[in-house]
Amino acid sequence: MFPMTLSGLLAQSLNSLQYGLLLFLISSGLTLIFGVLGVINLAHGSLYMIGAYTAFVVARFTGSLWIALPVAMLGGIVLGGLLERFLFRYFYKREHLDQVLLTFALILLFEEGRSLLVGNDFYSVPIPNALDFSIPIVEGFSYAAYRVVVIGLCLALAAALFVWIERTKMGAIIRAAAERPDMVDALGIDPRRVHLTVFAVGTALALTAGALNAPLSSVYPNMGDNLLIISFVVVVIGGLGSVSGAFWSALLIGTIDTMGKAYAPKLSGLAIYVLMAVVLLWRPNGLFGQRA
Amino acid sequence: MTQQTLNRRSLIKSSVALAAATTVPTGWAIAQAAKPLKVGLMLPYSGTFAQLGENITAGVELLLAEKGGKLGGREVQFIKLDDESKPELGPQNAERLVKRDNVDVLIGTVHSGVQMGIHKVVKESGTLTLIPNAGNVAVTRELCARNVFRTSFTNWQPAYAMGLALAKKGIKKASWMTWDYAAGNESAEGFKQGLEAGGGQFVSLLTVKFPETNFQPLLAQIQGLGVEAIGAFFSGGGAVQFVKDYAAAGIKVPLCGSGFLTEGTLQGQGAAAEGIETALHYGDGLDTPKNNAFRAAFKAKTSRDADVFAVQGYDAAQLLAIGLEAVKGNLEDDKALYAAMETTKIDSPRGSITMSPQHNVVQDIYLRKVTNGQNKIISTIAQQLADPGTGCKM
Repeated sequence: MFPMTLSGLLAQSLNSLQYGLLLFLISSGLTLIFGVLGVINLAHGSLYMIGAYTAFVVARFTGSLWIALPVAMLGGIVLGGLLERFLFRYFYKREHLDQVLLTFALILLFEEGRSLLVGNDFYSVPIPNALDFSIPIVEGFSYAAYRVVVIGLCLALAAALFVWIERTKMGAIIRAAAERPDMVDALGIDPRRVHLTVFAVGTALALTAGALNAPLSSVYPNMGDNLLIISFVVVVIGGLGSVSGAFWSALLIGTIDTMGKAYAPKLSGLAIYVLMAVVLLWRPNGLFGQRA
Repeated sequence: MTQQTLNRRSLIKSSVALAAATTVPTGWAIAQAAKPLKVGLMLPYSGTFAQLGENITAGVELLLAEKGGKLGGREVQFIKLDDESKPELGPQNAERLVKRDNVDVLIGTVHSGVQMGIHKVVKESGTLTLIPNAGNVAVTRELCARNVFRTSFTNWQPAYAMGLALAKKGIKKASWMTWDYAAGNESAEGFKQGLEAGGGQFVSLLTVKFPETNFQPLLAQIQGLGVEAIGAFFSGGGAVQFVKDYAAAGIKVPLCGSGFLTEGTLQGQGAAAEGIETALHYGDGLDTPKNNAFRAAFKAKTSRDADVFAVQGYDAAQLLAIGLEAVKGNLEDDKALYAAMETTKIDSPRGSITMSPQHNVVQDIYLRKVTNGQNKIISTIAQQLADPGTGCKM
C-alpha cells in the first residue's frame, strides 16, 4: 500500500480518465461488432496493434503523427470493410467456435505479418514537436500536453459516436439490429450494409486508438493482447452491444485499474476480474445493459 | 541451413588438410589438439536483441583475430545459431549445438529466459559454456555449474552499486521501479542491499507488469513517497519510454538506475536522459590504453562504436583463450582448464576482471552520468564487486 495524498489522487484521476477513454475506443468497437454481428472478435487487440504500428511507420516516413492519425482511421475503415466483405460475412451463421477459430487465426496472421514487415523490435514513436511540453498539474507532477490532447480527441470521438448511434437513422438501424434483428429484416432493410458499416467503424476505432496511444506506450509485439482482455471485461460489465454502457464501464475499469496499480499494486491484477465476476452474478446483462 | 553445409564442407576440407599435413602421427594428444575447435555461438541474430548478438560476435571474432585465428593451438570453427531470444526454443537450440553439431564450447546468450534453457542442457552435457550477457543470478548462484562461466554481470551487481552510490552521497530514502519479472526483482534486491549497506533506507518497490509501458500510475505516486531518489531498471524500448515519461511528468526527485536504463537508448531518449546517473561495469570516456586499442580495433572491424556488449563478448573469448592455452587446446583436461579460468586475471577493456568461485565476473562498477548524449564515467563506485553467489555448490 502506498500513501494517498490529495494531489496524488488528482493526478491519478487524470491517469484514470485517459486510460479509461483509451479502453472505450477499443471496447466500443468490440461491443458494436458483437452486438450487431454476433461475432466475438478476438483479433480486435491485433487491430489496435496494427493502428499503433501504422502510426509508427507513417510517422517515421512522413515525420508527422498528424498524418498518421487520419491514415490509421481511414486504413481502419478500409481494412474493416475488406475483412467483413470477404471473411466475416461468411461466418455469421456459423457456430461461435468457428468464429473464435477464425479470429484467432487472424491474430496469428496479423502478428506474423507485423513481424515480417516491421520486425519484432520495440520502437518508440515521437510526440509531435508542437506538443512536446508538459503542463504542471499538481506539486511535483506534470502532465504531458500530448496526453491532454489525447483525452480531448477521445472525448470528441466518443461524442461523435454517441450522436451517430443515438441521433441518426443509421444509428437507429444499428441499435435495432443489435436488439431485434428480426424486426430489421422484417422492415426490409438490407442487413449487409449495416454489417459492413459497423465492422468498418469498429475496426477504425481500434486502429485509431492504437495510433493515438502509440507515442504513449511505444510499439511492441503483442501489445494489444492485454488490452483485448481488459476490453472484454469492459464489454461484459457495460452490457454486450451497448455503446453508452461501454463508455461508463470503460471509465470505471480505467479508474479501478489505475487506482489499483497506484495504491494496491498486489491486488490490482485481480480487482477488475473480481468486479466482473460480481457483476455477472448480480446483473448478468451488465451494469448498463439495455436488455436487463 | 546454408551455414550448416558450409560448416560441414569446411570441416571436411580441414580434416583432409590435416591428414595431409600430419604425415608423421605423433600420438593422440597432438591429433586432438590440432582438430579444429568447434565453438557454438548461440545468440540473437534477429529480433529486439539482434544488435547485441552482432556486437558480442564481433567481440569474439576480434579476440580470435588478435590470437592469429587460433586458441590453444587449435583452429577455431564457429557454428552460429540464431536463438531469436525465444525462451521456449532455448533447450532445443542448445541441444542442437551440443548433441548434433557436437560443439566443444558454447558461447551464449543475451536473453535470461533462453539462458535457462542453455543452462539445463550444458549442465547435463558438461560442455564448456561462456555467458556473454544474460544477467540472471541463478546460473551463478543456486544453479551454478563448474563448466559455466559468465563474463558480463548479474542483475544484482550494477543495482547494488547504484544503491551504494546513493547512500554514499547521503541519500537516506529511495525507491526502485522496474518491470515485475526476474531481472527486475533481482535488480531491486541488489539496489536494496547496496542502499542499506551504505546506511540508507529502501522505501518501496514499484512494479509494472512486463512488458507494459503504462508507467503513469507509478509516476504520479512518487511525490507522495517522500523519497530523495528513484532508481530504476528498464532496458531497450521500455527504458526509452520510461525516461521520456519521467521527464514529461516533471518530477523533481532525481532518477538514477542500473546502467541499462541509458545503455543503447540515449538517441531515443534525447534530452530527457540528460543528467541521469547510472551504474554499470562499462561506460564512455574510459581512457585506458587497453580500452582505446579495443575501441579502435572494433571500429576498424565493424565501423560501429564498441559498446558494453562487445566488451562482454571479447572477454568471453579472452577467458576461453586463457583456459585453452593452459591445457594446450586439450579440453579433456577439464581440471586444469577450469583451474586456469578460475584463477586468471583478465585485462578487459572495462578494467581488470577475475572470476568468483561461482564463475561470475568480479569487476569494478562505475558511476556514469548522461552528458551530451554519452554515459560519461564519473567515478568508480565499487572496486572488484562480486555477486554474493548465495547457494552455489560446485
